[in-house]
Amino acid sequence: MDKLFAARGDRLFTAAVDLLLLVALVVTLYPLVYIVSSSFSAPSAVTSGKVWLWPVAPSLDGYLAVFRYAGIWQGFANTLFYAVVGTTISLALTVLAAYPLSRPDFRAGTPLMLVFTFTMFFSGGLIPTYLLVNQLGLYDSRMAVILPSALAVYNLIITRTFFQTGIPKELLEAAKLDGCSDFSFVRRIVLPLSGAILAVNALFYAIGYWNNIQSALIFLKSNDKMPLQMILRAILIQNQIDPSLTASVDTKALAERANLREQLKYALIVVSSLPVILLYPFVQRYFVRGIMIGSIKG
Amino acid sequence: MNMDKKRRTDLKWYSPRSLKKEVRSNYQLYLMIAPPLIWLVIFMYVPMYGVQIAFKNFRAVDGIGGSEWAGLKYFEKFFNSYDAMQIVLNTFEVCFYTLLAGFPLFVLLALLLNNTNRSRFRRWVQMSTFAPYFISVTVVVGMLVQFLSVQDYGIVNNVIRFFGGEPILFMTKPEWFSSVYAWSNIWQGAGFNAIIYIAALAGIDQELYEAAVVDGASKFRRMLHIDLPGIMPTVVITFILAVGQVMNLGFFDKIFLMQNPLNLDRSEVISTYVYKTGLASSLPNYSYAAAVGLFNTMINLVLLLLANRISRKVNQTSLW
Repeated sequence: MDKLFAARGDRLFTAAVDLLLLVALVVTLYPLVYIVSSSFSAPSAVTSGKVWLWPVAPSLDGYLAVFRYAGIWQGFANTLFYAVVGTTISLALTVLAAYPLSRPDFRAGTPLMLVFTFTMFFSGGLIPTYLLVNQLGLYDSRMAVILPSALAVYNLIITRTFFQTGIPKELLEAAKLDGCSDFSFVRRIVLPLSGAILAVNALFYAIGYWNNIQSALIFLKSNDKMPLQMILRAILIQNQIDPSLTASVDTKALAERANLREQLKYALIVVSSLPVILLYPFVQRYFVRGIMIGSIKG
Repeated sequence: MNMDKKRRTDLKWYSPRSLKKEVRSNYQLYLMIAPPLIWLVIFMYVPMYGVQIAFKNFRAVDGIGGSEWAGLKYFEKFFNSYDAMQIVLNTFEVCFYTLLAGFPLFVLLALLLNNTNRSRFRRWVQMSTFAPYFISVTVVVGMLVQFLSVQDYGIVNNVIRFFGGEPILFMTKPEWFSSVYAWSNIWQGAGFNAIIYIAALAGIDQELYEAAVVDGASKFRRMLHIDLPGIMPTVVITFILAVGQVMNLGFFDKIFLMQNPLNLDRSEVISTYVYKTGLASSLPNYSYAAAVGLFNTMINLVLLLLANRISRKVNQTSLW
């Protein structure tokens, strides 16, 4: 009888757990589904609040408007540049720092690690960094978006942990006996064995650059260098939409133009997040692993 | 392994002779670390040196080193300014609201995911709660503007109207700012922040559960007496780190994007104020802005040390 009671308690507990998880699922997923559905609906259906879950009167008007909007493509191209060049630089700096710091026989390793981690807790702050970038002549240059935050110490730590635990010491000893230099050891042995951690780093950095708006706010002023996120800010938040866009569409009624202005935003959210969405399956696989590696040392 | 031992016992490794030997055998490692180290010195340590302008009357012609000292003038100016109190209070409110409301939920999400029997469902929940983390802050704020609008497409106010309530001006009413900020942050970060606890839960010794089942402990009791104590050290460490980071400049972009002239009373925080007085102003006052920024950094540091000390006393767990 006692056992039966306990089993019923467990069933109740499991039901409550599943119910709460369902709530979490709905709360996180619903806004995303709503955005996607709105982006595929007719502009008038969106602005009049007819969309609840699935697309109403399916149409691609919002996407057509996004494709006609020149500023968006300029932003896309700029962001692509920042993401590709930035990720390359960041990845190189991270590996170059992480490998020596992972070697127990590298005597400068311990003090240098402190020098790196100290910057996680104390920094000069916004104004001195801005003055420095100015003095280096980098203000309003593309490198200003990339260089000041090129290396993330957190990434350095997880990469170093990976090298310490994932590369057997015997490999280094054997390579040294064969007269292999440190540089060629990294190139021929370490990097080929570190696919997972390189992927984690590349994803961390690439998504960071893709989503970054702060550097542009601080270091950029010319319009032709602005990343996609600044264009998104103008359209989504400040509601500044190029009037020529809606004029060029052959919708005559003013109200319909206003509707399209609103609906463009949903399509734009989807288009601008597309690269990240496409990366998501990899992200899911590698990020979790990356965070777990990080938590070993935590 | 051999080398490891040698380093610990050889107390004279810093002597010129052994130093020369070290550089000779490891010069390639020094070459490797040179580029990141140069980067670190330029972009992290030079700004730390530059922080002294907070105590100087900075003039561009004189440079950082050449400007004359001003003592604590700019700190006094900030504390005596009309807005200072409100800005500091706003910063505390926004940051601690987010931290204290979010933290228990992240732990709860991990516990729930660990206790469901449906593995496919579990994967689904984990995948969807994780996804919003990768959306940019700009898009998240853009979504807030759409969802919380009072227009016909503002879905939240549609629900409020449906239940007979009055629509709420979420984005422009100052008293709603911290809630909108905190809960959208939690929405975005829940899955991400839960992962580290899920990892810690996976590391708990299975024998503990088996013994508990033999003793007749219910699932709920197992969660309370095995899961929770098992991840406590991780929870404490992440909490210390979170407290140390709570008022970090990293929060600057989202708050800045959510600001508008109507909610500024409650949405102006230290980091956005630094940005506005130092960079976005037509008459930028670098020394003043740097002083306010340094004040923020000092609060961070004090909070981190405080949290670390308290947890060492209470839990015997600490960062160092």
